[in-house]
Amino acid sequence: MSDMNTAMVEKYRNSFLSEVEANVEEGEWVKMCMQCGVCSGSCPFGPYWDHPPQELFMMIRAGKREAVLSSESMWMCTSCYNCIARCPRGLPITHIMHGLAHYAKRLGLAPKNQQTMKFASIFWDNLTKKGRVNELQLGLKLYFMNGFVEGIKTALCMKEMGMSMLMTKRMSPMEYFGGHSIKDTKGLHAILKKAREIEEAKAKQF
Amino acid sequence: MSDVIATNQTILVVGGGISGMTAALEAAECGKQVILLEKSPALGGRVSQLYRYFPKLCHPTCGLEINNRRIKGNKNLRIITMSEVASISGDAGNYSVKVKVSPRYITENCTACGECGKVVETEFDDDFNYGLGKRKGAYLQHAMAYPQRYVLDPAIIGTDDASKAREACKYDAIDLDMQEEEIDITVGAIIWATGWQPYDANKIQAYGYDRIDNVITSVEFERLCDPHGPTGGKILRPSDGAEAKNVAMIQCAGSRDINHLKHCSRICCMASLKHANYVNEKYGEEGQATIYYIDIRAIDRIDDFYRKVKELPNVTFTKSKVASVVENKENGNPVLHGVDTEGYHRYANEHDLVVLAIGMEPSVPADAFPVDVKFNEEGFIEADESNGAIFAAGCSSDALDVNRAVQNATASALRAIQVVNNVAGSEG
Repeated sequence: MSDMNTAMVEKYRNSFLSEVEANVEEGEWVKMCMQCGVCSGSCPFGPYWDHPPQELFMMIRAGKREAVLSSESMWMCTSCYNCIARCPRGLPITHIMHGLAHYAKRLGLAPKNQQTMKFASIFWDNLTKKGRVNELQLGLKLYFMNGFVEGIKTALCMKEMGMSMLMTKRMSPMEYFGGHSIKDTKGLHAILKKAREIEEAKAKQF
Repeated sequence: MSDVIATNQTILVVGGGISGMTAALEAAECGKQVILLEKSPALGGRVSQLYRYFPKLCHPTCGLEINNRRIKGNKNLRIITMSEVASISGDAGNYSVKVKVSPRYITENCTACGECGKVVETEFDDDFNYGLGKRKGAYLQHAMAYPQRYVLDPAIIGTDDASKAREACKYDAIDLDMQEEEIDITVGAIIWATGWQPYDANKIQAYGYDRIDNVITSVEFERLCDPHGPTGGKILRPSDGAEAKNVAMIQCAGSRDINHLKHCSRICCMASLKHANYVNEKYGEEGQATIYYIDIRAIDRIDDFYRKVKELPNVTFTKSKVASVVENKENGNPVLHGVDTEGYHRYANEHDLVVLAIGMEPSVPADAFPVDVKFNEEGFIEADESNGAIFAAGCSSDALDVNRAVQNATASALRAIQVVNNVAGSEG
């Protein structure tokens, strides 16, 4: 567990709701939930969640910190916005889900090997390197995300599609070596470095 | 039409539903001159379209009959049906009101014998039954209609049907040359009682009212259960006319929702409890009613009714706002999808019929109001001094049940009486 996590436990003690309100994006909305359940029922991925949004909100209020932050649930959100469109109280549920996932990751409580998280990390690293997404590298990374054997299997599976993309010039094999980039990668890196500094300074205040 | 004599000591009541009738009668019985305007051909409003009242489950016809008797016995009350307010000007104690009166094509000679209705052939969607049935081009709005006079649908004027109706009338009561009239009246105070209308269920997209036959609203269900309704009191579902024994009620259909009506409509929970009771009465053990709710808002003495319904073995309560309704194409059954709050169980429940406990919105929207008054966020009229002597009664002031609407109407009658008393004092 991270230092930040220890600090947070110390600071908020029994009030997980206050902790969420103060630290999770859009977290101040959680208390507005009236437990009608329309979000859970509207979620296309609903059947695959351990705890649908409505239940997560109740768990937050009940102070189930560990169970919420180490849950796979909020990582299942695909940002379809069905819940936001239908919520009778206008809770930005999608954003809260992402906020919870992000907070859990920062505290080091997110489940190990969480697939969505892994993909997000791979995508971020890929994007920030050159300022442009390198689709070939990203695709290959994803194939081999869960080990060599599975990577080969997936690659064989997708062989025909890859070949078609090559033939129609939708994908260049040369991208694997370096790949295209934005004009000022240095500038981008400087921006990102500064953003990280600001973010870390903020986290230290907790 | 005989002349309407009104002075600034007269009270004008707009809307002849239960609130308007109450306000008009209370004022008239206190000796004030009252004019009551009603848009439709008969008094009674939405109450006359109900099968039963909650919580005592008595029939609204009973209350209407009492009010009709009070009206007949009162010389101070003048009723103008088929009329609407066109404009209002002036101040408290002295308003000039233009009233538009639509032609009824039938004079006071009418005895409601019904001969014209027999010979007329053209049929129209019956508004009184929310379009669930048909009515003739010459019709009496409902059995209890006051005044007991037929009315011709303007669409048949100039057709064979109209002349057939005139020939059939033994009392020379049909006047096909009747025209729209505009009358000016002066009044001291105005009681606004135009009431409510059901929220447009088509706007609640996820519940499929616009595309699934067997999804209906609570006001329509009320007509289905009424022996005078389009099905003679049988709960027949619209898609195939089969008896619906397994009925679901969805609460807060349009109410308590920032996407629709923000307010709680107050009547829907009780209406659904009453509907569950209808199903139980009709079918006994064979019937099944399921109420999907966020929380049941039965307060005060009506809580007893909630408890009684809860004890019925064939009524179940599911704490969940239904997420969506889809149709089972094979049998036309609506399938309800959602997650319940007591245990977070995901369900996909099939029912014969779904009744949306539809919310209540003011029937006259704020932007269509003939004069400047204060409205609240939900479009109901606020009690505010700047409104002068225009007082809202019943559901024009808030979402209310009949009991509270009548109380509210009596209060507004008292306010109007004070205004005309002041006028009398200053002139006296």
